[in-house]
Amino acid sequence: MRLSPSGVSVPGPSRRSLLRGAGGAALLAGAGIPLLSACGGSGSSSDPKTVTLGSNASDAVPKKAFASVYADFKKQYGLTVDVNTKDHNTFQEQINSYLQGTPDDVFNWFAGYRMQFFAAKKLATPIDDVWQKIGGNFPDAMKKLSKGEDGKYYFVPLTTYPWAIFYRKSVFQQHGYKSPATWDELVALCKQMKKDGLIPFAFGDKDAWPAMGTFDQINFRLNGYDFHVQLMAGKASWTDAKVKAVFDHWAELLPYHQDGFMGRTWEDAAQTLVSKKAGMYLLGSFVAQQFTNKADLDDLDFFPFPEINSAYGQETVEAPTDGFMVSKAPKNHDGVLKLLEYLGSPAAEEMYLKTDPSVVAASDKASTSAYSALQKKAFEMIGSAKSLTQFMDRDSRPDFTSTVMQPGLQKFLQNPKDVDSLLPSIERQKKTIFASE
Amino acid sequence: MTTDTTTQTPEAAAAPPPGVSPARTRATHSHRRLLTRRDRITLALMAGVPTLLHVALVWVTAIASIFLAFTTWDGIGFDSIKWVGLDNFTQLFNDNPQFWPAVQHNVIWFVVLILIPTPLGLFLAVQLDKRIRFSRVYQTALFLPVVISMACIGFVWQLVYNPDTGLINSIIGANKPGHYIDWIGDPHLNLWAILIAASWRHTGYMMILYLAGLKSVDPSLREAAALDGANEWQTFKSVIFPTLRPTNTVVLVVTIIEALRAFDLVFVFNKGAQGTELLSILVTNNIIGESSRIGYGSAIAVVLLAISLAVIIPYLIATFRKERRA
Repeated sequence: MRLSPSGVSVPGPSRRSLLRGAGGAALLAGAGIPLLSACGGSGSSSDPKTVTLGSNASDAVPKKAFASVYADFKKQYGLTVDVNTKDHNTFQEQINSYLQGTPDDVFNWFAGYRMQFFAAKKLATPIDDVWQKIGGNFPDAMKKLSKGEDGKYYFVPLTTYPWAIFYRKSVFQQHGYKSPATWDELVALCKQMKKDGLIPFAFGDKDAWPAMGTFDQINFRLNGYDFHVQLMAGKASWTDAKVKAVFDHWAELLPYHQDGFMGRTWEDAAQTLVSKKAGMYLLGSFVAQQFTNKADLDDLDFFPFPEINSAYGQETVEAPTDGFMVSKAPKNHDGVLKLLEYLGSPAAEEMYLKTDPSVVAASDKASTSAYSALQKKAFEMIGSAKSLTQFMDRDSRPDFTSTVMQPGLQKFLQNPKDVDSLLPSIERQKKTIFASE
Repeated sequence: MTTDTTTQTPEAAAAPPPGVSPARTRATHSHRRLLTRRDRITLALMAGVPTLLHVALVWVTAIASIFLAFTTWDGIGFDSIKWVGLDNFTQLFNDNPQFWPAVQHNVIWFVVLILIPTPLGLFLAVQLDKRIRFSRVYQTALFLPVVISMACIGFVWQLVYNPDTGLINSIIGANKPGHYIDWIGDPHLNLWAILIAASWRHTGYMMILYLAGLKSVDPSLREAAALDGANEWQTFKSVIFPTLRPTNTVVLVVTIIEALRAFDLVFVFNKGAQGTELLSILVTNNIIGESSRIGYGSAIAVVLLAISLAVIIPYLIATFRKERRA
């Protein structure tokens, strides 16, 4: 039983806090956002047998997968997880007012800067006590991802997936292509594909985020993980020659990208890979969702983005990680601890992956026996990575990435020659945004 | 659709008749009892509640966003509001690569709507006004786009314009590698592509407004023109069109408002990417969602408000003057 978005049946105290927080923000902004936070807390009474959880898993498959996990949790611990699912994008857009209003005890979120931001704003509860128990289940890279800027743990990872260059084995066999290991080999391969009448790189940037993935790959291959972190955190300058070099490399690859990408969604671009018109596609492993035919899916393979700078090799993998955080004042504290302990266990991850095989487990203790060949490869790539990045919009401030970087990268893709005027503009805007702490 | 209606404010009607003090008995002039006490309470509520709601939801929020335009605020707690004076505006005018294009596109939007769909709507209205056969059918067909929600229109048109699988490119064969016409992404094309969709809808809207205006033209005027031997064009130019003045005012105001609030169509079409930036989209991109740059977004909203006021205030002044003369 959920409340209506108008918040009509919200009990008194929470309505007041709602108006003070989210409601006030929404009203003042004049945005008239429906107060979805009203859908959150299940009243002021806390039931020791229930943990509330705000979920952004609105797609059918993840939703079902999570439901199976919570059912298993109930079987083992006797606690019910009361899930409040919102549309994935809506959840993200309203996270600010949601966390200030009456949030659920636990909520789905992303690792990286995006998590640290809310931790620093005191909108999340540290969970070091949970990590004392589950710490052994995770590799160091995952531990690093789960800590706030204050060194405390705020996040329990569940699943992750890598970004890489995807291709069809049969196409590579047919033309006798080899996976390129260096930048020069990659450019040579692109030239060859163009000769053979293939689109070297499928590409669609209508949604404005896919381009970020390309930037990230070239950036940490060329300048290393630390520079990526510095740049995303607003500490390194966008006018640095290192950044310019990233765009120069990218401009070299651009002629090999699919035409008309500004009006194409990533799904449509993926279809050109499915139909063997394109040779490669740089994307997250969720590209597999577009391979609906089993035979096509078995034909899908990937290789990590080639080395550009031998100092950094291929040691960094972009592996956005999804998991859970605890809101600022959970009603059922003991229940939350039990739930997170369970979610941080290999069993929970295996349970989830039974239904949703498009991702891999964040824990290196989870069994890989049920994995497809593609999942195994992804799992190994992430497990052997020296550092994991999250993605531009998760490693940096969301206001910066959405209002400055998305249009900025689209501008570059349209006019690669104007990069010299673009970078100072990005830098100026970055300074004002990062100064507005 | 006349613009100068005379309204009597409910407060004036609710005021007690002069010379009556409530303490005195009403026996002296009982046959002209205007309002009972209950009537007055009812009227006060009927006028008061909407006024309160209006003030709270329109004026308070508008003034609050003007105030916020001079601050930075991430929307988390009121204590994080910081006063920054005119910083947001200087950044907006100097550093935001999307701002001036957005202003320009809003202006282009208005100019195109006034130059193409408006005359077209007038033309169609004049034709339909002649009582041709099936005029009801035509009216309905042309007005339908106005009834459909803008978001749906945007969605359907972006299917038509899709560079890979869209209707247009499939017909003219512009979806092969090396030969793409990117209607949605190409910044030189996409604004015009979306304006075609906007005009398609706006034409029907204008047609209905003009049709209503034409219905109110006195038939004797046409007869007089016919007796004087005026041909069709002369009649329209010298007789009919001048009598449509009030309608033209409404059309102008409606078109300005349409141009300023243009949002949904573009947002669905390509989220206001390069080439189709609009002020309204900049406001939402900055305020809504995780970006939460509420101060900065409010500054853009204030610019939009200033432009709207600059257009609407002269119109209101003109209307009030006319009312006073009337």
